[in-house]
Amino acid sequence: MQNQKCKGMQDLLPEDMLRFRRIEDVFRVCCRNWGYQEVRTPTLEYLYLFTATGTLSPSMLSKVYSFLDWDGWSGERVVLRPDGTIPVARLYTNNLGGKELARLFYVTNIFAFEGTGRENRERWQCGAEFFGGARLAPDVEIIILAQEVIRRLGFSNIALQLSHAGLVKALLKELKLSPGMEAKMTNRILEGNWQALTKARSDNSEIERLIAALLSLRGKSSSFLHNLRASFPKASQDFKSSLKDLINITTLLDNLGCSYKIDIAAIQGFEYYTGVCFQFLAANKKIGGGGRYDRLVPLMNGKDIPACGFALYMDPIMELLPLKQDKRSEYGILVQGKELTPKIVKKCFTLAELLRDAGYPAELDFLGRKESDYRWVILVSGKESSPFTLTDCVRCQPRYIGATIAEILKAVSEV
Amino acid sequence: MKDYQADYIKLALPKGRFLSPTANLLARIELGFEDYGDNTRQYRLCSARFPGLAAKILQEKDIPIQVAVGNYDLGICGLDWIEEFLVKYPAGALVKISSLNYGEGGIHVVASAQSGIASLDELSDGRSHYRIVTEYPNLAEAFALNLRMRRFRIFPVWGAAEAYPPEDADLAVLWGKSGADMATQGLIPLKKLLPVTAFLVANRESLENKDLSQILMCFSSKLTTGTQTSPEIKLNTLEEIKFSRLSWQPKEINLALPDGHQQNPTAQFLKRTGLNFQGYSEEKLNRRPSADLDWLGVKVIRPQDMPLQVANGNFDLAITGEDWLKEHLCRFPSSPVKKLFPLGFGAVKIVAAVSQEMPVVNIDELRLLVQGSTDLIRTTLKVASEYINIADKYLRDNHIDPYKLIPTWGASEAFLPEDADMLVDNVQTGKTLKQHKLKIIDVLFRSSACLIANKDSLASSDKKERMEFLTQKLQAGPK
Repeated sequence: MQNQKCKGMQDLLPEDMLRFRRIEDVFRVCCRNWGYQEVRTPTLEYLYLFTATGTLSPSMLSKVYSFLDWDGWSGERVVLRPDGTIPVARLYTNNLGGKELARLFYVTNIFAFEGTGRENRERWQCGAEFFGGARLAPDVEIIILAQEVIRRLGFSNIALQLSHAGLVKALLKELKLSPGMEAKMTNRILEGNWQALTKARSDNSEIERLIAALLSLRGKSSSFLHNLRASFPKASQDFKSSLKDLINITTLLDNLGCSYKIDIAAIQGFEYYTGVCFQFLAANKKIGGGGRYDRLVPLMNGKDIPACGFALYMDPIMELLPLKQDKRSEYGILVQGKELTPKIVKKCFTLAELLRDAGYPAELDFLGRKESDYRWVILVSGKESSPFTLTDCVRCQPRYIGATIAEILKAVSEV
Repeated sequence: MKDYQADYIKLALPKGRFLSPTANLLARIELGFEDYGDNTRQYRLCSARFPGLAAKILQEKDIPIQVAVGNYDLGICGLDWIEEFLVKYPAGALVKISSLNYGEGGIHVVASAQSGIASLDELSDGRSHYRIVTEYPNLAEAFALNLRMRRFRIFPVWGAAEAYPPEDADLAVLWGKSGADMATQGLIPLKKLLPVTAFLVANRESLENKDLSQILMCFSSKLTTGTQTSPEIKLNTLEEIKFSRLSWQPKEINLALPDGHQQNPTAQFLKRTGLNFQGYSEEKLNRRPSADLDWLGVKVIRPQDMPLQVANGNFDLAITGEDWLKEHLCRFPSSPVKKLFPLGFGAVKIVAAVSQEMPVVNIDELRLLVQGSTDLIRTTLKVASEYINIADKYLRDNHIDPYKLIPTWGASEAFLPEDADMLVDNVQTGKTLKQHKLKIIDVLFRSSACLIANKDSLASSDKKERMEFLTQKLQAGPK
């Protein structure tokens, strides 16, 4: 049969949705318990929301689904939401800007073109954003919250990698590249080509050593950062202050018993990060990431409100998540009409409604299917006196011909 | 039809600017297309040397997409149209084979000498909204995104992009011969995006599966390596170039007049109204004629572009065709542009036409044919049209399903029957269609020149009196 699905789009089948809802449910419960409130942003946003420096990187911008909508005579282009954080920052600035502090979360799809059409062009993510508040505590809060969600989903071997956008920016500045070269280098780094940094020639050999150290060493505690500070005393003030910020955060994480690796390359392809950045890996796949982005709200003409957040990527998580089978065989009830007569149909519907009202799922069937994965099958006949025959499919007890409704309810409640 | 030249190697050749040099090249490499030249009247050519080689002459803009979709194995067109396609569709099946070493000028980003924009750095500071007018909307968008322009709007035009800055656009992305050439039009080149040379392109699948070697060898044997660079004035010598002084002043009311086929009848019409526009009826095209009324600004642009320009308030009034207004409103139903009245000239019919061999006489029969999906039409009805939004609506309204639209830049009749099954286009007499063995199966509507206005301008108390004065004058014209 001809495949009529759009290239790069995905269908979520019942098994996928079981996984999807499990992730969503765990995520929602955790966020609510931490005091976050759910929001939802529109699928269409204006392109200009994403074009300013410090929002999406050029390589991401070249993959947005942008077009003119029905009002496009004014030339204003719109996009299918290419990122989760920027629209939520807009939502906060437009509607909640007066609030000093806002904890928000969302479950959303984002759209990005992908050349081969084999990978998804529509991706789902669960994200949480923390607007306002003091420094450090929110950074730690979102990391621990993300970890809690992942843990509750049943993942154990999770790697947490930490980086800091301020460190990277300070390093780039110290290379003293021309503005054009610096922009190019930033783009390369955002695309994941960190080795480009080592190829940049610098007059300052200390910077070269610092870059080499940051790219090759993986610290596992704040001590590593203290060592770094002691080894490179001549580093710039910007570098030192970002390092101090990261030391403060890692110290808090150390005290909370949170293990991590410091990996300067652990920054996703977003320009908007200004402070600590992190990502989570499971089975070598990135399953989430986030960081601090203090410039985004002011960039949207909002107040000078600092912010940070994270997103978990549903697609890789769904692939890794074991499927918990539907528990139909434990408590599922099939109400089966012997024939399709008005009398039997009425009896079936009435019985099923009684069962559902009592809190049991009850499925109807008039085709005489031989289904095996229900716990109970109740055959409904046209007999006036004893219309119901109850079968316990698990215990393989003899059929109970002539069961009353009260007896049926009693039997199914024993599960 | 279905098997039309299926085993042939098909080559798409350009009309227009590259026709002569391409004809010279083909003569040199002896492909056997003697009829391809400035005076050719036909669209289809067969090679006298290679029996398996056929060619069709197309608008240059259409060639990249026609090669990418596989209607042609090879094509020749300018690098500008190739990059315009590839920047938006990087996964498209279009492969650049080689430069053909002829061409002229390049695609530039320009600003008006009067705009005060002197360098690119000023554009990414995020302080302003920029309006970019261009025939290359994809290249322009990529440029603006790469430059990190915070806010920009792109206005695609069919032509005359050079006429828009400074009052109707801040920047233009356009073809220019050289810096000096652009300076004479009062434009400062800020950046050259790419040089415009002719290229040989191929369909990826054809290149991977079909033996094109004989033809490719003909090309490669006569091509010297490396691209000839045309002598061009470098940008740093621009200071020595004298920018032409445009006597442009902001005007209270702005009127757009059409160029091209509609210019002559419009000029004659205007004479009858008693309105005098100096420079509009002259042979040499003057994009900014002057009016006797000192409050009236006049500019000559493409009629296709007028509804969008009027909607955006660049012009209060314009003389265009009802067809182009309808095309605009099909795409943007909320657009604040309004038809005031028809002007009584430039009458055409917008028709749907198919090959005379197709056994249908009207759209209902065509629908049955598509649903029946016979061999005649390959499941999807391919429709070529200059009016893609009108054609789209027409096909939807008539429940033709499935269909695919092929946007064209005029001469849709050249696409039938090999590359499209149907066209939606304008006809005056229907003679051209008959010559190409096509028949009309439906008349969508009749169109003639009309006066259109911006709704906000009509409602503006500042403009009302003068708008009424002008419309009354113009209304007297047809009588």
